[in-house]
Amino acid sequence: MKQTIKLLLFTILLLMLAACGNNENDDSASETDNAKDTAAKAAGNDTTLQIAMKSEIDSLDPYQASATDTEIMMNNVFDGLFDSDENGELVPNLATDYEVSEDNLTYTFTLVDNAVFHNGESLTAEDVVYSYSKLAGLETGEPMSDKWAVVENVEATGEYEVEVTLKNVDSGFLARTIAAIVPADYEEQDTHPIGAGPFKFVEYKVSQELVLERNDDYYMEDKVPEVAEVHFAIMPDTQTAVLAMQSGEIDIIPGVGEQELAQLGEDVTTLSGPQNMPVIFGLNHEVEPLDDINVRKAINMAINKEEIMDTVMQGHATRIDSNFSPAMAFFYDDSVEGYYDYDIEAAKDLLAEAGYPEGFDLSMTVPSHATLYTDLAQIVADQLGQVGINLTLEPVEWSTWLEQVYTEFNYESTIIGLTGKIDPYDVLVRFVEGYSHNFINYNNSEYNEAIDNATLETDDNKRADYYKEAQRILTEDAASVFIMDPDSTIAMREGITGLSLYPIGKLNLEDITVAE
Amino acid sequence: MRFLVKKLVSFIATIFIVSLLIFFIFNILPGSPAQAILGVDADEQQVKLLEEELGLNEPLHLRYIHWIIGIAQGDLGVSYKYGQPVAEVLKDRIPISFSLAVIALILTVVIGIPLGILIAKTDGKWSSIILSMITQLGISTPSFWLGFILIMVFAVKFGLFPTYGFIPWSENLGEALKSVFLPSLAIAVGNIAIVIRYLKNSILDQTKEDYVRTAIVKGLGANEIMYNHVLRNALLPVLTVLGLITADTLGGSIIIENVFALPGLGSLLVTSIESRDFPLIQSLILIISLIIILANFTVDLLYKVIDPRIRV
Repeated sequence: MKQTIKLLLFTILLLMLAACGNNENDDSASETDNAKDTAAKAAGNDTTLQIAMKSEIDSLDPYQASATDTEIMMNNVFDGLFDSDENGELVPNLATDYEVSEDNLTYTFTLVDNAVFHNGESLTAEDVVYSYSKLAGLETGEPMSDKWAVVENVEATGEYEVEVTLKNVDSGFLARTIAAIVPADYEEQDTHPIGAGPFKFVEYKVSQELVLERNDDYYMEDKVPEVAEVHFAIMPDTQTAVLAMQSGEIDIIPGVGEQELAQLGEDVTTLSGPQNMPVIFGLNHEVEPLDDINVRKAINMAINKEEIMDTVMQGHATRIDSNFSPAMAFFYDDSVEGYYDYDIEAAKDLLAEAGYPEGFDLSMTVPSHATLYTDLAQIVADQLGQVGINLTLEPVEWSTWLEQVYTEFNYESTIIGLTGKIDPYDVLVRFVEGYSHNFINYNNSEYNEAIDNATLETDDNKRADYYKEAQRILTEDAASVFIMDPDSTIAMREGITGLSLYPIGKLNLEDITVAE
Repeated sequence: MRFLVKKLVSFIATIFIVSLLIFFIFNILPGSPAQAILGVDADEQQVKLLEEELGLNEPLHLRYIHWIIGIAQGDLGVSYKYGQPVAEVLKDRIPISFSLAVIALILTVVIGIPLGILIAKTDGKWSSIILSMITQLGISTPSFWLGFILIMVFAVKFGLFPTYGFIPWSENLGEALKSVFLPSLAIAVGNIAIVIRYLKNSILDQTKEDYVRTAIVKGLGANEIMYNHVLRNALLPVLTVLGLITADTLGGSIIIENVFALPGLGSLLVTSIESRDFPLIQSLILIISLIIILANFTVDLLYKVIDPRIRV
């Protein structure tokens, strides 16, 4: 008996130790409580929303972050000169207007004069100069990303006027102005981000939750959020999110799957549509026999996209025939629709013509972290089997995929969804010869030229024509099998309205209305 | 004293070998930390800048030496993914895994040991057979499934517990206990079943020993024999098992952490491997090795308490 008591005492001791280990959090916890209280008092409406997110924040600093989930959350804290609307078209945010010089090299932006950062300081041209200089690496000589390398100079020409000079004509530059504007000389974005967006950062508990509160001083007065506070809970398992929604602890789940929707049943409202993510069955052109256009055409004809969409997405997807989603309507080329119809006999004939009447062996490197890819891979293998192509699946972990396929091009075929951007250049540059991640080893001078022309063309309609031409070339070349753009679905507790779907990672929380 | 020195030497040697293995195995694996952190949406320039910032341009052996020197000075390094000191990243996670492990251990001991004794005492009766069947079920139930069932019943249906998340002990003791109770139970159920089986078999073995017959002849009561003599001997193998399963949960229960959205050490280990966050992986493995060594050490000490004949 004495022993049992000792054991018990020991465990109690351990328990006390565990409790002590956390005392440090005391202060920050009560601070947050205070913050919550003030937020609730300041506003007439004290609605708090709980939103489930799958992955944690990669960086709070808008210039360091690259994950889509982070973008979705932090987009609410930051505003750019322009923003994307539901159709991927630019709408003014911090800029009211802009002018382009005759030589298309100088952009002059006029800013709103009433924008205030969350730290209380007014947003002026100097902040834009600071932000863009940092992105373009004007001081360090190292731009933060290739996209910004084109900027030669940024200058404040007035308190609310900025002039940006480019090294060469780049029609995609304007789309980059959705980048966050941050306060000049503030260097603590990675711990306490400050922007001018509709929500203020309150706190981030690593891997647990991100808390934002309404910015009552938001410069777009008609867009001051109705919701007082937003909690993004990090939930790696969607099943948990669904159960939490059923118990009333979660209000919104962005990116919910078909199976989970069925489970949630009638009690939730949903918003669903294309997410601007072309999912492709990538074929490496450096590998025999995929270097033969007839073989690639045969593969395109052997794939039944409708069956894939019905099986994997229960029909909630949009068929694509080039590396472009119809979600970006203005630049989308609809002439490629149905270019390769599902036709097994024709596929077999083409294979025979190419010298493979009996088919051949092919391996597919599949990123194993998403069931979308592993499910897709199995159906594709089954469909190719019908024309004699024996597809072996090689599941690899995400980091391995990024290195072997995406960086070293050391693979035969793969399956991947490439998240879209609002600049068609970012979507289509992936197949330009010499681009560092042109992982299908595509090489077509006509295609490269079309992309170059589009970059240099500043007339929007003509630019769209070049991008459409590029999409057509990809399809005619059977560069890969472009399968679908899977729908993205947001599940919401009943009574929540106002959300829209965007072709970029964005959740417009400022527009949400919650019915009592 | 000699025991302690011996333990310490073997401890340092183990940790050193573990550190070498971990460092070089993970660095040989395909996958660049910078690319893994940035994903498919980053361009070459972003990857290049991050690689420079992380010091990945340095030769491998130099990176190892720097790391080892840091560890010796109590500096675990800076996490690639989180951009914070590793110690900072671990600070919030350790209490979660620790709470889970301790509560699971308490539940296991408090439920498993009396039940094990009861089943052994009533061996051969119907009640014992039924209880053994339930035990079998406990071992074969996957913990994630049990986790979801527990959430569905106790959180969604009855609303007694939160479905996810962790509330720090310092904030509210009751709420904190509530937030870790269901996941601890999900972990404990399988462990309870294991403890019951070990204890029952061990007690049944002991009752066949000569000393028990002697005790009966001496005229001792059944309870006295059980608690003063049999249990003392029968608990030893159970203790070993308890030590192993506790070390296991202290190192993080990956599946349960994901099910209950608790950011403990287990899920951190998975993300750190996925993102090739070497400083974090290395520190975690080091900590887990440390936990296992300490758990074994504690078990050794407890042996002596239960059976003074054992010299440690």
